[in-house]
Amino acid sequence: VRFLPAGDRAVSVELGDDIGIEVNTRVRALEFLIQARGLPGVVETVPTFRALLVYYDPLRVGYEALCASLAGLAAEARPAVLPPSREMTLPCCYDPDLGLDLAPAAARLSLSVDELVALHAGAEYLVYFIGFTPGLPYMTGMPERIHIPRLDTPRVKVPAGSVGIGGTQCCIYSVESPGGFWVLGRTPLALYDPGAEDPILLRPGDRVRFRPIDRAAFDDLAAARGAAPVGR
Amino acid sequence: VTAVTILEPGPQTTVQDLGRAGQLRYGIPPSGPVDRPAFVVANRLVGNPDGAAGLECTLAGPRLCVDGPCAIAVTGADMPVRVNDAPAPAWTTLRLGAGDTVRVGATRAGVRGYVAFSGGLDVPVVLGSRATYLRGRLGGVEGRALRRGDVVPLGAAPVPSGRRLDPAALGAPGPGDGAPEPVLRVVLGPQDDRFTEAGIAALLGGVYEVLPQSDRMGARLSGPRVAHARGHDIISDGIALGSVQVPGDGQPIVLLVDRQSTGGYTKVATVCSFDVPRLGQVKPGGRVRFAAVTVGEAHRLLREAEAALAGVLAPA
Repeated sequence: VRFLPAGDRAVSVELGDDIGIEVNTRVRALEFLIQARGLPGVVETVPTFRALLVYYDPLRVGYEALCASLAGLAAEARPAVLPPSREMTLPCCYDPDLGLDLAPAAARLSLSVDELVALHAGAEYLVYFIGFTPGLPYMTGMPERIHIPRLDTPRVKVPAGSVGIGGTQCCIYSVESPGGFWVLGRTPLALYDPGAEDPILLRPGDRVRFRPIDRAAFDDLAAARGAAPVGR
Repeated sequence: VTAVTILEPGPQTTVQDLGRAGQLRYGIPPSGPVDRPAFVVANRLVGNPDGAAGLECTLAGPRLCVDGPCAIAVTGADMPVRVNDAPAPAWTTLRLGAGDTVRVGATRAGVRGYVAFSGGLDVPVVLGSRATYLRGRLGGVEGRALRRGDVVPLGAAPVPSGRRLDPAALGAPGPGDGAPEPVLRVVLGPQDDRFTEAGIAALLGGVYEVLPQSDRMGARLSGPRVAHARGHDIISDGIALGSVQVPGDGQPIVLLVDRQSTGGYTKVATVCSFDVPRLGQVKPGGRVRFAAVTVGEAHRLLREAEAALAGVLAPA
């Protein structure tokens, strides 16, 4: 376990040096134990691939004492302490109008479009963490056959809901933003809805599957939540 | 219910309170005022709890009117205040009656001014806070900056008696305050080992200019290159308040209250929380320096700053 100060109110707790399910699960287990035990002075936590950023109140707990408590909890942070994952199935439309990079990605991988969709929609993904923009999930679980380098030239604007792949990872853009992932399709669900009582759809540790839907079903579901129609 | 009507909003005026806790793990930043002490003192001047919602104004303030008795206070950046066209003091309780108008003008020094209202601005609480997060269209008034014609109600509260504060009471000035370059205290890390010795020396010895692209998300700086030892990408991790992120061009970005929750660029150091407000008041084109302190020194300075703030206009 490495403790790296991030200023006077946060410390980064690194539990490993790689990106993988094992280390990320320990990160989430450490976060869970901090919450479950109500560690004094901890304000909030942000899990990522292999580190947990712990915000604390230095007027309530000193740096050395906090690190000592965190080291103790890190030793207990095993997958078994976590509650069961939520299983989330997200509708996804792999229409070429929405899957902006579907055809080039299939060509790059020497697959047909149907084969690429079947491989992507047939897998189960794990949400490592949520970050960067509100509600954006960093996910693993892609079949090796569709691992793909990121786009050479990132897009300036990727629409919210776009489902993309890059490297070994899959992500879903939660708001319109620039991005370097190959966009295969789009979900009509809002990963971030600032008007909702609970604006965030996914949580760290969720297990995610994609259910392919056709364009008509996409339009219906998007209209049902009041989203602006997507031009054809 | 007394309400405030915005006659002219100013360049970027948002509703803020002390921010939204516990949402960074979902990618939602805390928001809240960049200059927290100035915001807190404005609330105390009008008899509010520290966390009541008020306005943060950027470079210039709004023109507004009130439709009933209330008190306001303007703090933070040095912005001229006029009540019904007569000059009025900042850092002072101003008692208003129905129909009174207030104009907060363009800043003479500093960037961010604060206007507190007795009773606080009563906008809906979203995820535990009234603070506006502009990029996420969350909180405040419809998740956006205020516009002409917006009407914002105040919470019920008695109109307090007048008080006045010398801003010097907020504590000793920081190093370099009043000089051309305020000095911001940083704790090195979390990724200082990813930079060359010369890169760290540049950061701690150089003068950095605040660029106009700076906003509530981050202050973009320009100055001596903070050189990487081995690449500028890391395995993405959490970004703290004040993180000094250095992308491939070697130019630092200090991340503020509306920051992204995580990122994949190296972070050479972190500006201490008590110096974030001082950075947030440096105008574009203004300059800053950095000085390294240990975590222990940072905590001692933080306790001093918090003790000074706690003593200001403490409830009688």
